Amino acid sequence: MTDVSASQVPGAGQAPSSSRSRRAARGILPPLIAFGCFLGIAYLFSYILLSPDRRFLMPPPHEIVAHSFLRTSSLHEQLQATWDTLKVSFTGLLIAFVIGTLIAIVMSQAKSIERALYPYAVIVQVTPILAIVPLIALWFGYDFTSRVVVCVLISIFPIITNTLFGLLRVDGNLHDLFTLHRASRFERLVRLQLPHAIPDIFVGLRIAAGLSVVGAIVGEFFFRQGTPGLGRLLDTYRAYLQTDLLMGALFWAVFLGILAFSLIGFLGNRLTRNWYEERR
Amino acid sequence: MMTTSSHHPVSGPEPTSSSEVIEFRHAGKVFADGTEAVRDVSFSLRQGEFVSVVGPSGCGKSTLLRMASGLGPATSGEVDCKVTNLGYVFQDATLLPWRTVQKNVELLAELEGAPKEERARLATEAVKLVGLDGFEGHYPKALSGGMRMRTSVARALTMKPPLFLLDEPFGALDEITRETLNEELIRLFVSERFAAIFITHSISEAAYLSSRVLVMSPRPGRIVAEFDVPFAYPRSPGLRYDTEFGRLSNEISHALRKGYE
Repeated sequence: MTDVSASQVPGAGQAPSSSRSRRAARGILPPLIAFGCFLGIAYLFSYILLSPDRRFLMPPPHEIVAHSFLRTSSLHEQLQATWDTLKVSFTGLLIAFVIGTLIAIVMSQAKSIERALYPYAVIVQVTPILAIVPLIALWFGYDFTSRVVVCVLISIFPIITNTLFGLLRVDGNLHDLFTLHRASRFERLVRLQLPHAIPDIFVGLRIAAGLSVVGAIVGEFFFRQGTPGLGRLLDTYRAYLQTDLLMGALFWAVFLGILAFSLIGFLGNRLTRNWYEERR
Repeated sequence: MMTTSSHHPVSGPEPTSSSEVIEFRHAGKVFADGTEAVRDVSFSLRQGEFVSVVGPSGCGKSTLLRMASGLGPATSGEVDCKVTNLGYVFQDATLLPWRTVQKNVELLAELEGAPKEERARLATEAVKLVGLDGFEGHYPKALSGGMRMRTSVARALTMKPPLFLLDEPFGALDEITRETLNEELIRLFVSERFAAIFITHSISEAAYLSSRVLVMSPRPGRIVAEFDVPFAYPRSPGLRYDTEFGRLSNEISHALRKGYE
């Protein structure tokens, strides 16, 4: 009996750590396998399915890394462009946030105002950017400002709708409490509706952040004055058939979008984690 | 309308005394959609009286409180509320999730424009009264249902209202928490001597807390019986097992059932 339990001790001691490493492996392994498959498919195209003279269509991944990220000149060029796109999209997001929140606040004050303004928000949302490029160009030129305008137009709608949703969905009893204590419209807004809308504002901002990166890149395709951002770089690489660099620039565009999305998500969680049970 | 030995007839305005805080005179409420929620309710409440209203769900008990507070005024008759400072406690704790206990309790004083030190003092006092000291920095999320309710009561206490309107405040709590909070409420009632209208569908809760119990019929809600509760304050939990208490509860229950006929 004693023998058996003694011989089991080392095994028992190892069991938790081995199960822990197995759990870790289970967490990491699937994405790793997926990434491996993804790379495999890329190489399959580069080396087997494409003839050497058409290999530029899908350069092998290691060449993308070598040419885009390991070569100082192109890395510098791409980082510079990423920074420029970041500036445009951040400025656009900030303006969309301020204007969008203000519009939502105005709409929340009366059903009639909401009914009067909401159609315009929808119009902005459904108008294809391409269709208003000429107008934006006439009004704001071909530089930074126009690119920012595109960002604002593309990202403002989710901010308006989510903020409005949060402002209007305050519990009726809380409104009654504020009424009983003769709260002014402003007090109601500042102490009740706006704080209540914060989680929803962040939902809107997170969607808008991704959209505004898209907006900055799209804007650069049309408004090409000033320092080049990722959009213009992508277009240049396309023109010279530099697919390896094109893919590198694409990586940065995706990286920016994910960065914006997760940064806003992180900030929102940080701010509201003491307030609500895990909701999303 | 029914009468038994232990309750008064309900109709007719009672003599007004100087310490009367609220009076319902043939008050009724018909909603915009035509639903009649409350019909011909008359009663009055004096300073230091604790009145419970029991009735089946949907009988217009909450409507009664909305009429009393002016949130949903009567459409017929009159509700004469002689005080402007009301403590309203809802069934949900209705706390602001982004504020700590302390800041939640400060809210009403803040809305009434009290200076910073004043509202901090009022809140600290009220937090102590409901036994929440030590939890001032907690967010509602981190509190139990009972503690949230205490916070809600503390918030109402800060304004020292002469009249409390309590809309099934303990209805969502478990039995044990509910009884503990009943004790607390009695203790507060004895020390602060406010008047209170307490809505509940629990007969024993109504009888235990109140100096008077009104029984309402199903919609449209009318007051079908009224009972004086003869036990002196402060009351102890053992009262619930007293034979006299049992007899009274039984009578209230009987009146409630009769209300359906």
